[in-house]
Amino acid sequence: MFPLPVAGCLMVHTSRTDGPMDIKHCDFEEPLVEIQQRIDELGSFSTTEGVDFSAEIAKLKGRSETMLGEIYSRLTPWQIVQVARHPQRPYFLDYIRMMSDDFEELHGDRLFGDDKAIVTGFATIAGVRMAVIGQQKGRDVKENITRNFGMPRPEGYRKALRIMDLAARFNLPIVTFIDTPGAYPGLDAEERGQGEAIARNLREMALYEVPIVVVVIGEGGSGGALAIGVGDRVLMMQNSIYSVISPEGCASILWRDATKAEDAANALRMTAGDLVGLGVVDEIVPEPVGGAHREPMQTAMTLKEAILRSLAELQKQPKQRLVERRLEKIRRIGPVLDQ
Amino acid sequence: MAWFSKPKYTVLASSKKEQQSRNLWTKCDGCGETIYNKEWEENLRVCPKCGHHQRISASDRILLLMDEGTFREEDAYLRTTDPLAFSDSKGPYREKITVTIAKTGLRESVIAGSGRIEGIPVEIAAMDFEFLGGSLGSVAGEKICRTIDRAIRHKRAVIITSCSGGARMHEGIVSLMQMAKTSAWLGKLKAAGLPFISILTHPTTGGVTASYASIGDIIVAEPGALIGFAGARVIEQTIRQKLPEGFQTAEFLVERGFVDLIVPRKEMKSRIAKLLRYLGCKA
Ligand SMILES: [Zn+2]
Repeated sequence: MFPLPVAGCLMVHTSRTDGPMDIKHCDFEEPLVEIQQRIDELGSFSTTEGVDFSAEIAKLKGRSETMLGEIYSRLTPWQIVQVARHPQRPYFLDYIRMMSDDFEELHGDRLFGDDKAIVTGFATIAGVRMAVIGQQKGRDVKENITRNFGMPRPEGYRKALRIMDLAARFNLPIVTFIDTPGAYPGLDAEERGQGEAIARNLREMALYEVPIVVVVIGEGGSGGALAIGVGDRVLMMQNSIYSVISPEGCASILWRDATKAEDAANALRMTAGDLVGLGVVDEIVPEPVGGAHREPMQTAMTLKEAILRSLAELQKQPKQRLVERRLEKIRRIGPVLDQ
Repeated sequence: MAWFSKPKYTVLASSKKEQQSRNLWTKCDGCGETIYNKEWEENLRVCPKCGHHQRISASDRILLLMDEGTFREEDAYLRTTDPLAFSDSKGPYREKITVTIAKTGLRESVIAGSGRIEGIPVEIAAMDFEFLGGSLGSVAGEKICRTIDRAIRHKRAVIITSCSGGARMHEGIVSLMQMAKTSAWLGKLKAAGLPFISILTHPTTGGVTASYASIGDIIVAEPGALIGFAGARVIEQTIRQKLPEGFQTAEFLVERGFVDLIVPRKEMKSRIAKLLRYLGCKA
C-alpha cells in the first residue's frame, strides 16, 4: 500500500517553462548552462537594481528552449548513453508511483534473501491488476549502496522468477522494467549461481501463459537486463539503451582503449531506433524534449498509455497463441545465411 | 593422433593440429612438464603428470563422444549476416569472419549434428574456442535451436559441450538475444519431456554460462575447467579484493551446487552414455 518506498525526491519536478533550474546538465548541454547563467544574472539584477529585464529574460528562455529542442533532435548514441544514465532520470519506483493506483511490494526469493536491486510486487494501473518487476537504482550514495547501483544478485533474479511464476499461476499479466548497468559481478553472486539464475529466467519467461510486457526505461545492461526481459512486447524509452556490453567495456576489449567508448557506442547499435530495426524492440516510447528527467510526470503518462495499450492487445490472444508468437519472435532475432 | 585422425567422419581438420604433430614434444600448460606427443595424444590431451585437461576442438570433442562413423553434421554452412555492420579498430567484423574461417578451417563457433553414443541416438552441438573465442552469435544460437528442433522431432536427447568466452560483442544485442533464444528452446525441449545434458569445458563464461550451459538436466564438467558468469578481473575490480584459490573452477561449482559431477575426459563418453540410459534413452 502507499506510501511507496521512496526512490528519490524527483517527484517535486520542475516544468520546462519554469526553467531547468534543478536539472543537472550533460556535457553536451553546455550552451544551455550559459544561457541559464545569463537568465539568473538578469533575474538577480532585476531585484537588486529594480530594473525590469522580463522581456530580455523571456527571450533568453525562448532561445534556451529552441536550443534544447535542437540538441535533442539529433542526439548521438553516446549522448543518449548519458541521458539513459542521467542521475535524475525517473527510476522504476518513480514510474510505479506516478502510474499506479496501488502497489504492494513482495519480498524475497524464499531461498536466500531479499535483493533490493530488484523490486517486485503487485500493482494496479488504471484498474488493471498486474505483477510488476523492475531493477531499481539509488538516487544518492546511501541508497545506491542499498540498491547495489541497480545490479542484481542471483536472489534478485530468483525473486523475480518467483513473482512471475505466481503471476502465471493466478493469471496476472507481467510488466517488467529494465534499468541496470548489469548483473552484479561479485564473488557472492558467482557463488550463488548468477549464470544459472539468469538462464533459468530466460527459459521460464519464454513459456509463461500470461502476457509479458517489457519496458527498457534506462540502461539495459546485458544478461543482467535480459534476465527480466523476455516478453511479448518490448517497449523502449526513446533515450534508453540496451546492449550486450557497455560501450566502455566494449572499447576496452575490442579497441583496447576505454576512452574509445564513443566509437563503441556507435558500433554497438544500442539505441531504441537501432533495436527496432533489429527486431528486438517493438515500440519506442517518446520522451519529452530534453529527456524523461525534465518532465517525469508527462513521461510516465505516455508510458502508462503504452503499457495499457500493449496489455489490452495481448489479453485478446488465446494463451497458446501468445506463447507461440513469443517464441516465433525470439527465434527470428538474428537471421542467418545458408550458403 | 590415434583418436583424432579418423577421416571418415572428421568434420574439419585444423591446420594447427598438423603443425603440432610435427613437434615431438608438448609442454603441459598445467605443470610445465614436457610430454612426448604420442603419449599426450593417446591420453586425449590430458597431462599424465598433473591431470591438466588441455582444450580440444569441437570436432575432437565430437569424435571423443560419438560412436565411430555415426556423426552427421547439420547446418554446416550457416553464416552470419553481420546484423550490426560492425567495425572496430581492427576493421570490419565481416573480414574478421573471413580471416578466421581461413585460419581455423572452422566455419563457426559451433559444430552441430546427430550421432550415437554407445548406440543411443542423440543430437549434439559442440563449441570451438578457436573460432573467435567460441563466442555465441546468431549462427551458434540458430544451430543450437535447430539441434533442439531435431531432438524434439526425433525424440532424442540433446548434448551441448560448451567452451566459450561468452556472447559475441560484434553482433551486439543480437548475440545477447541468442541467450534468450537458446534457453527458450530448451524450455520447449523440457516440455517435450526430453533430456538435455550440458558438458562444461575450459573455459565456459559470460553469456554462455548465463544461458544453456547452466540449465542442463544434468551438468557435467571436465576437471579444472574455468566456469563462471563474470570475469575474474572484473570481479576483483568490483569488490577490490583478491579472489580465493580455485574460484570459478569446476570443483568450486560442484561445492556450491551448480554442477552435478566432474568427469575426466577418458571416462566422458561412457559416463554420458550411462546417464542417458538412466534418463530412459535407448540404443
Ligand atoms: Zn601437467
